[in-house]
Amino acid sequence: MEQLLASYLPVLIFIGVALVIGLALMIAPFIIAYKDPDPEKLSAYECGFNAFDDARMKFDVRFYLVAILFIIFDLEVAFLFPWAVSFGAIGWFGFWSMMVFLAVLTIGFVYEWKKGALEWD
Amino acid sequence: MSIDLNSGLIALAPELVIVLGAVSLLMIGVFATGSGVRIVNGLAVAILIFAGALVILMPTDGTAFNDAFVSDSFTRFMKILTLIGSAVTLVMSVGFAKAERFDKFEFPVLIMLATLGMMFMISANSMLSLYMGLELQSLALYVVAAINRDSVRATEAGLKYFVLGALSSGMLLYGISLVYGYTGTVEFEGIAAAVTNGEERQLGLLFGLVFVLAGLAFKISAVPFHMWTPDVYEGAPTPVTAFFAAAPKMAAMALLVRVVMDAFEPLTSDWQQIVAFIAIASMVLGSFAAIGQSNIKRLMAYSSIGHMGFALVGLAAGTQAGVRGVAIYMLIYLAMTLGAFAFILAMRRKGGNFENISDLAGLSSTNPLMATALTVLMFSLAGIPPLAGFWAKWYVFLAAIEADLYALAIIGVIASVVGAFYYLRIIKIMWFDEPLGRLEPVQGELGTVLGVSTVFTLLYVIVAGPVEAYAEVAARAFFAG
Amino acid sequence: MEQGALLTGLPAAFFYLFAFVAVAAALMVVSSRNPVHSVLYLILTFFNASALFLLTGAEFLAMILLIVYVGAVAVLFLFVVMMLDIDFAELRTGMLQYAPIGALVGLVLLAELVIVLGGSSFGPETVGAIAQPIPDLAIRENTAALGDVLYTEYVFFFQLAGLVLLVAMIGAIVLTLHHRRDVKRQDISRQVARTPETSIEVVEVESGKGI
Repeated sequence: MEQLLASYLPVLIFIGVALVIGLALMIAPFIIAYKDPDPEKLSAYECGFNAFDDARMKFDVRFYLVAILFIIFDLEVAFLFPWAVSFGAIGWFGFWSMMVFLAVLTIGFVYEWKKGALEWD
Repeated sequence: MSIDLNSGLIALAPELVIVLGAVSLLMIGVFATGSGVRIVNGLAVAILIFAGALVILMPTDGTAFNDAFVSDSFTRFMKILTLIGSAVTLVMSVGFAKAERFDKFEFPVLIMLATLGMMFMISANSMLSLYMGLELQSLALYVVAAINRDSVRATEAGLKYFVLGALSSGMLLYGISLVYGYTGTVEFEGIAAAVTNGEERQLGLLFGLVFVLAGLAFKISAVPFHMWTPDVYEGAPTPVTAFFAAAPKMAAMALLVRVVMDAFEPLTSDWQQIVAFIAIASMVLGSFAAIGQSNIKRLMAYSSIGHMGFALVGLAAGTQAGVRGVAIYMLIYLAMTLGAFAFILAMRRKGGNFENISDLAGLSSTNPLMATALTVLMFSLAGIPPLAGFWAKWYVFLAAIEADLYALAIIGVIASVVGAFYYLRIIKIMWFDEPLGRLEPVQGELGTVLGVSTVFTLLYVIVAGPVEAYAEVAARAFFAG
Repeated sequence: MEQGALLTGLPAAFFYLFAFVAVAAALMVVSSRNPVHSVLYLILTFFNASALFLLTGAEFLAMILLIVYVGAVAVLFLFVVMMLDIDFAELRTGMLQYAPIGALVGLVLLAELVIVLGGSSFGPETVGAIAQPIPDLAIRENTAALGDVLYTEYVFFFQLAGLVLLVAMIGAIVLTLHHRRDVKRQDISRQVARTPETSIEVVEVESGKGI
């Protein structure tokens, strides 16, 4: 266990360094930057006129479809990792087991393709 | 790595038929042009019937896939009921699809996949297969609830069902993790053995039991986890509602019976309290809340809540007679519900479907046959002898009394008397109010379903013997060894 | 490390660090004003949960949490948050009204959990009885240990997972895909098959008249 955790030491150091740099850059302006706010300076500036409305606007629902299809195939790939790692140990049974799994999802993929879910009009 | 694939696949034959059928129909539907929907629907019904035939003709007993999957007389009984529920719903959706532009070939495919999930639920023999089956079923149900996505109400129904369903799945998983933590296994026999061998009853295990029961109670829409039912029943397209009222209830009830009778058998006195409480709450709420309803689909929602309560009375007894009572109750409930929904689907005048109970006024003079059929069904739902609904209640109350649960039985009888009020109100509106005009001619398939269901409830006494014998065999699955 | 033993020393320190940040970030998810910030805090929570998995030796789970939840689910959340044209500040105005009852429910649940889990412990015989114990990391890596059983002994659940994914795919398309009719789509085979004969027509037009 210790060995496993020790193997992640570089990541930990990286996070630590990133944290320090990130925080330093965030905090430094508060300490050293020159500040002289007035209402005009702080108001939103949009090409000289006042902002019309909220900057947030509706996304097309199609983004969502793409994202969810991505998640599904992401999960499918997640199943492939342990399979690949222990491929030698699980024999033909394990191989065909994965092939059936992939076949089911390929059916889904064909359906998706034929339905035009992968097109962007 | 030792897995007996051959015997496993034989035990799984009906499910495999449905899997292969569903993916083939998906391909047929997406590649076919024109009348693809009708073909897919017809083939789906045929495949479900074929799977049902396999369940009957190729009975296998025992477990498969390292005890993940169990097959015995009880699973066969409930699987047949589930398959009947799904197939009849698909048959009934044909006319609706034509009239309401409800023509998505995905609908039968999703129904098949949901049915598949239910069959895995019924055959679940470990917490893992329980959860996988349940999710397969639920995910398909969330989609069909919202399948009419241009309707705001259907979308709302689907969303509500999804959010609350996800919550209940979370509770179920939390319960399963606690049970696993205290017993070290997810298999039902293993859990039972670990509980029996443990020297003292662990409080944490009870907590797990409560969470598991709460998650399952949501799926059969028992009080206090019923809130979604009326909204979803009302918002979803009527064939979907019919499906919701029929098939998933069979599977979830079978699963509940399996979990408490197998996995938590050593904790009988503990879960008995919970089941009895849920039963009482469901019966009472189902009876009282339905009184004020004016929409017939909402009314059927409360009716189904109440009926699940009655069925749970049998389970609360925890005896072989009790399980037999549950099995018979589910069979009769299925028959009555399908009949009632066939009628609701046939409630059409010019200008489309209507769902208000008051619009049924005077149906006895305009459509006497239909009015008679619904009258029989309503009397039966109310539990008036000698109709089927009476016998359903008879068996569960008998089991409760034999198990010395007198209070439960008495509250049940009172609730069924109160519940009779709103069923009788519909009959009164049909027979004694001013007529509002004829219904559109009823489609053949709806008429057939309605007729068969009415005749069954009317003449149940004739088949009572064989049904009871078969249910007895089903119930014995839990008490053989 | 022995199974069932408590963490000690440096791993314990990191456990408390990650657990504290995870809880703090989770609190920020529900309390921050801007929903986009909520999602970002959610990602922080996922990261810390992943670190906690790592501390228990569940290496594969830790990585999958990052790939699936941070890589995909959080992105989807961001989409949804941006897709909804809702004034979240307005949505929150009613929140204080329900806060007391929500807090009460939460407290009751917390008290129950503390009583239940504080009063009983996972017995040593339970740990010994686990049907599928994690093999020692020195013998078999975590990911390989999963792979050894997932596709063979647990093939039933594995295939069911495939079916669940299929349903998810169908469901996503049924509920969200709609084709716009007013758009001209590319059909490459048709475009390639186009010849002058099929697309050009010579019409004799009499002078003074239109086509």
